[in-house]
Amino acid sequence: MSAVTVPVRSAAPPRRTGRAFLYAAVVFGATVFMLPFLFALSSSLKTPQELEIFPPSLLPAIPQWQNYVTLFQLPNLPYGVWFENSVIITVLTTLGTTISASASAYGFARFRWPGRDACFAILLGTLILPEQVVLIPKFLMFHLIPTALFGHTLIDTWWPLILPSWFGGGAFSVFLLRQFFLQIPRDLDEAARIDGAGTSHIFWQILLPLSKPALATVAIFAFLGNWNNFIDPLIFITSTSRFPLSVGLRWLQQNPADPSIPQTHLLMAGSVLMVLPPVVIFFAMQRYFIQGVAMSGIKG
Amino acid sequence: MVQTAVAQQKRVAGSRARRQEAVAGLLWASPWILGFVLFTLGPVIASLYLSFTQYTISGVPKWIGLANYVRAISGADALFWPSLWRTFHYALIMVPVGISLSLLIALALNQQLRLTPVLRTCYFLPSLTPVVAAALIWTWLYEPEFGPINWLLWLVHVQGPKWLADPSTALNALMVIGLWGSVGGGTMIIFLAGLQSVPPELHEAAQIDGAGAWTRFRHVTLPMLSPTVLFNLIIGIVGALQVFAVSIIATNGGPDYATWFFIVHLYQNGFQDFDMGYASALAWIFLVIVLALTMINLRLSNRWVYYEGESK
Repeated sequence: MSAVTVPVRSAAPPRRTGRAFLYAAVVFGATVFMLPFLFALSSSLKTPQELEIFPPSLLPAIPQWQNYVTLFQLPNLPYGVWFENSVIITVLTTLGTTISASASAYGFARFRWPGRDACFAILLGTLILPEQVVLIPKFLMFHLIPTALFGHTLIDTWWPLILPSWFGGGAFSVFLLRQFFLQIPRDLDEAARIDGAGTSHIFWQILLPLSKPALATVAIFAFLGNWNNFIDPLIFITSTSRFPLSVGLRWLQQNPADPSIPQTHLLMAGSVLMVLPPVVIFFAMQRYFIQGVAMSGIKG
Repeated sequence: MVQTAVAQQKRVAGSRARRQEAVAGLLWASPWILGFVLFTLGPVIASLYLSFTQYTISGVPKWIGLANYVRAISGADALFWPSLWRTFHYALIMVPVGISLSLLIALALNQQLRLTPVLRTCYFLPSLTPVVAAALIWTWLYEPEFGPINWLLWLVHVQGPKWLADPSTALNALMVIGLWGSVGGGTMIIFLAGLQSVPPELHEAAQIDGAGAWTRFRHVTLPMLSPTVLFNLIIGIVGALQVFAVSIIATNGGPDYATWFFIVHLYQNGFQDFDMGYASALAWIFLVIVLALTMINLRLSNRWVYYEGESK
């Protein structure tokens, strides 16, 4: 956080009230932003009856921690399985994105080949391509091609969610890593080459170890994007046992375990648990995170 | 003679090395190239073809020329224009309000308050919230009888509306969810980084010339920040036009189509009614709109975006 502020004559009283006002406004805003989480957390610990009292209490009379246990024991609503599915899908897509994007970025950053610059221009163009445009053909592709080749569809499997991430992992990831590789001096590659190192040795042993911040950024974005992804599983997955959390929670919202009892407490518990992994990742990797987001936009 | 032979040998060796380099480069870049062809270019072309056909997933696509586009534009599909205007309406408010609030938060956090790291985290966390979780949480906050928002209003003696259940408030209610989940996120962080790259000398020079805080913001900070604004503007517009999940979960397009956005319409046609030809036409109309808006933005940008180091 470097200073952009002008030197402040702190003795001047108007300045000080201005600053106090600013402080109050910023703290008030931050509180407003946090309130939905606090309400969700508090509601997730109440009984269904408590949620239908007006005026509501800020805190549960007795925190109902067992709501979080109930969530994992609902008949035909396997929250635990959905959570596990989300973890598996997210880990596989994050790996795919990080590995294939860094390989592709290496190809763009360190080799001359005919059509490279045109390809890179196309890559930049796809940054603004809305994903919804390719949704229908992608759906047909995962249905028709495997049906023709192997006699069964890949709809309602995790293939359509995972496979694309192993092919470049998206323009943004390739772009970010390429920019990062370009900043690493070529002399390092040359020295290794003279010592007889091949291109893959240079990639794994020299470039990747030096690119940890960029790799972390790409991995974080991939993790968040896939953990939060809703439209793809909504379209591709039809069996509740294969749902990731995002569509699972929606399923829970629309198909209550016991329609006679309101289930807000369970929906809130389910939402709170779904928010946790991104928040944990954020706190664990905050530095890379902020750097990465800033990196993505600083060149305008 | 000997010299030319050596030169030739060198040239041969050089061109061989170059070929080797090209092959290696293509191999390394091949994941993205293959992915682009398989999952972007191919599908984009396929959806263009499908948009001229009548196609439900069973059977073969039947060529019907421009009929799908006519059906959309002529108003034969009564939901087409309303869903498009509604999406524009949403973006037209979300983007300017979102960018202004993000900039405001970034400016405040850039004043080096003692609590800045904590405050920044408070503003940032909502943007990490999966949209499904955010929509579910807000559905409860908006609950008309027992929800916290109407309770807060009750405390100040205001009878709260039915929010998501009322066609006149549902769209605005979704905008609030969207703003909560975005203004403190990437856009704000990018602004913060942009603010920190404004050279302090410029501010000092302006201050010596007697410029007040507003003048310095208007004539120093804002021009220096304009490339960042452009970036956030383009990303913001493309993102806002794609609004989908929050509507599916919080209102399911309702009440009375009040939150029936363009992508909701596309999803309904393509994946609920399996009218894939028509949905492909919708997808292409959407693509053209997004591209056109981005082009217009870039074209207009040289009137207001200032690039340092650019000769004019």
